[in-house]
Amino acid sequence: MKSQQTVTKRLYELLSSMRFAVSLLSVLGIASIIGTVLKQNEPYPNYIIQFGQFWFEIFEVLGLYDVYHSAWFLLILLFLVVSTGLCIYRQTPGMLREMRAWRENATEKSLRAFSHRHEYQVEGNAEEVRVRLLKFLTARGFRFRTERHDSGSELIAAKAGTYQRLGYILTHAAIVIICVGGLIDGNVPFKIQELLGYKTVEVRDISAAEVPPESRLSPANLSFRANLTLPEGASADVAFMRMRDGYLVQELPFRVALKDFRIEHYATGQPKSFESDLVILDPDLKEPLEATIAVNKPLIYKGIAIYQSDFQDGGSKLDFHLWGLFSDQAVPMAVKGTVHQEVRLGEGDTALNVEFDDFRKFNILNLSEDGKGKPQNVGPNVTFKVRDTQGQAREYVNYMQPLKLDGRHYFVSGMRPTLQDEFRYLRIPVDEDFGIEGFMRFRAVVMDKLAHGEIARRLSANALPADAADADVREKFEASVMQLLAAFSEGGYSRIAALIEDSVPEEQRENAAQTYIKIINGAAWEANNLARERAGKQPAKPSEETQLFLQDSLNSLSDLFFYGAPFYLELKEFEHREASGLQLTRSPGKNLVYSGSVLLVLGIFAMLYIRERRIWLLVKPDNRILFAMSSNRKNRDLDMEFAGYREQLQRLLA
Amino acid sequence: MSNALTNDEPLPLLKSLDWRDWLYAIVLLAGAIFAFSQYSHYMDVYERFFLFGAALTFSWLGWRWKAMRNLVLGVGALSLFAIHLYGADLQRAEQAFFLKYLIASQSAIMWMNVLFILATVAYWAALFNRSQFTGKFASALAWAAVLMGFVGLMVRWYESYLIAPDVGYIPVSNLYEVFILFCLITALLYLNYEQRYATRQLGPFVMLVISAAVGFILWYIFDRQAYVIQPLVPALQSYWMKIHVPANFIGYGSFSLAAMVGIAYLLAERGILASRLPGLETMDDLMYKSIAIGFAFFTIATILGAMWAAEAWGGYWSWDPKETWALIVWLNYAAWLHLRLVKGMRGSVLAWWAVIGLFITTFAFIGVNMFLSGLHSYGEL
Repeated sequence: MKSQQTVTKRLYELLSSMRFAVSLLSVLGIASIIGTVLKQNEPYPNYIIQFGQFWFEIFEVLGLYDVYHSAWFLLILLFLVVSTGLCIYRQTPGMLREMRAWRENATEKSLRAFSHRHEYQVEGNAEEVRVRLLKFLTARGFRFRTERHDSGSELIAAKAGTYQRLGYILTHAAIVIICVGGLIDGNVPFKIQELLGYKTVEVRDISAAEVPPESRLSPANLSFRANLTLPEGASADVAFMRMRDGYLVQELPFRVALKDFRIEHYATGQPKSFESDLVILDPDLKEPLEATIAVNKPLIYKGIAIYQSDFQDGGSKLDFHLWGLFSDQAVPMAVKGTVHQEVRLGEGDTALNVEFDDFRKFNILNLSEDGKGKPQNVGPNVTFKVRDTQGQAREYVNYMQPLKLDGRHYFVSGMRPTLQDEFRYLRIPVDEDFGIEGFMRFRAVVMDKLAHGEIARRLSANALPADAADADVREKFEASVMQLLAAFSEGGYSRIAALIEDSVPEEQRENAAQTYIKIINGAAWEANNLARERAGKQPAKPSEETQLFLQDSLNSLSDLFFYGAPFYLELKEFEHREASGLQLTRSPGKNLVYSGSVLLVLGIFAMLYIRERRIWLLVKPDNRILFAMSSNRKNRDLDMEFAGYREQLQRLLA
Repeated sequence: MSNALTNDEPLPLLKSLDWRDWLYAIVLLAGAIFAFSQYSHYMDVYERFFLFGAALTFSWLGWRWKAMRNLVLGVGALSLFAIHLYGADLQRAEQAFFLKYLIASQSAIMWMNVLFILATVAYWAALFNRSQFTGKFASALAWAAVLMGFVGLMVRWYESYLIAPDVGYIPVSNLYEVFILFCLITALLYLNYEQRYATRQLGPFVMLVISAAVGFILWYIFDRQAYVIQPLVPALQSYWMKIHVPANFIGYGSFSLAAMVGIAYLLAERGILASRLPGLETMDDLMYKSIAIGFAFFTIATILGAMWAAEAWGGYWSWDPKETWALIVWLNYAAWLHLRLVKGMRGSVLAWWAVIGLFITTFAFIGVNMFLSGLHSYGEL
């Protein structure tokens, strides 16, 4: 029995000790760092890619993907609450006693032991001196009590700044209040229900209505922080809470509908405001409640705050021109798509699924060459994935309007094989009408093997001098032009390079490459004119502009072989439909946290800026006065104040 | 003898004021009333409160610390002069002589940078020469730098509205602006201690941290064109920002100041420069005072931040990296104060701790923006 008592007592002493409290502060600080270094609440596959299966599992057990809601972290917080609470319990009675105490029973002997003391010899009327001393104290904010000792001397015990100790109580109580408020708003209630087996996290990708009761939280749920994405014109009465590798469905006590979502922009194109026009539908309301929310301006209804959190596409309708990149056709096919839906292209094993993920009407990019110019709006873009029958997908982002890069305009399409990669960009030069057709006509002719003969003929007619009309030379030249065109149309510059490596001795390769490039450039010129003829256009003017267009066209033709998709989707028209991302929260702990915060600030100022000081003036019958001063904090302020008072008393009593 | 009694009696603040104090307060109040009469229909109730609150706050500050009166009046006069020169035309920054070379915001901020560097050199020279005169000159340079810095911010505020009325914002909103604010607040805190402790010997150390910030500002200007005024993203369009950010920087400034004093303390303790530095006890006390005021304001700033977060992001605490690091900084100095106040610890351990605290603070201030991602996207590097 006795040993048990001492164990309890020692535990109490440990938990309420300051050493323990400071250690807890340090541990809490260090533990908090983890969650800032490791990105929290990412989808689990990202972690697997980052750490590998082995470490992924260990980190999962340790709860590192949501550190601040892990059991061990909550335990540290709980210890902090308990420790601080015990600290208050242990110290408060003494503090209050100390605040009330006057120490009017101090003996002369104990006063003489003070480091801050001075003795004066006074003349004159004892009563007058006494009055003067009391006035001295009052003027400096000291309250006092007098006590006549048996020796005939009188002790004036004075004190100031006693509320400093209240600061201690306030700050520590504040910490407890804030932590309790925070724990209420944390997901502790769910954690307990999960431990008891009442609730589980839903990991399947199913519609909200199908989610079973174990993963649904009732409208009575004390506190939550859930998200809801509403397309314009849609409504919902549930929201979602992401949790670990799944989610929970939070039922709402009302239905919320989105009428309209707006983004306003500054003149420079940057977003200025995000606003949602909401309608709250609730049987308790006589008529629907309409309200507009914006960032920093939430709506609070039935204790639930609705915030503008983000936005995304709500299913915009998109019209495309689909250009086959390796076909000999110069006309596109019309394709319609909707964001968040997919379109199937082709049949059988070669079929491709295009999944439209996002459409953005405004894109602010900095396209200046040195990256130092002003960012500007470059117009809409669409993000989609192209998935083959094996399930392999590449992601693409296509800009609707040509972008100005290095001084020239291009249709730009980014491609990445996986979401972890950076986008690599295909640039297609614009034609003289700022369209993509010029390039596509040219491409169609280059890809058209039947046209290669005609191109070679024209090139030999224009390039070879008329007098060198040796039929044999011409034939050889035309054959090599056709061979080069064939190679280029099958694999771009890299195929040409392979050709050189296979058939030309090493020392002649450089010369050969230069010749080949010249021939290809010449052939491109003829191919372009042939393409224009077919479209019923005049031949291109021999200008630098045309040269640059052909150079860019050849480069992008060559890049097509790395593009990964056999078509290019040119966005022609769109009908924008947006969706607003709302955050719905109920946090009853908030008031506790805020009142705790007020106490904390008051407490800190009291603790740091109210200085507790005590003064004793022992007036002895022999007209000697002993002046002693102390403070619970021995520091420079005390030294200086004491020195000042000593001088002033000297003058006062002289 | 009754004279001695009354002479020594501490006067309440209002009774201790002379005619200059009253004149100063009247000028501020008149300014506020003028602004109110001209622009009150553009102001909501908070803004009216802020207007008169500012007049009262700066009167009180000027009464408590007389040097502040000259600064406030100087900043006001120069800013008004700049606004007059602008005449509501941003192009004038390139044409008007005074704007171009002195008080357009970018020019004023460059002057601040130069003056802070010069002040640093002068403080070090004063320390080595033990020269009173050089020390006074260094203080004057630091004051001039503070003046130009505040003028730069005030004029930048006006310029942002000249770009377009909907672009205008208070310039405490991005990393560039808060770095300027950091320099100014740290310098002001230091200059206050300089007068209260009657010592210029710590100037060299404190000015080092300001010079480092100036170095960053210069890099940010020349490499990243950070001075270009960009409109605010929606999350930053909030009242909370206007008090959250300055409160935070009183915290950051005090913590840096304490750390630099900590370095001086550690050097003096090892006999380095000991004869040229204030006594160990003085430095120890200054370190404590600085951390105390920093801690108080940092607490307020963090609470204001939480309230703002509750309004903007839907939760007062999201364990966002910036929030978490603010908590770590807070815990760090809470532990420091516990050791000092409760345990009565003094000396080199706390000095070391204050120096290490600067690294934690710096990481919370810029490291988070550089290395970690999160909701505080105002200053990505």
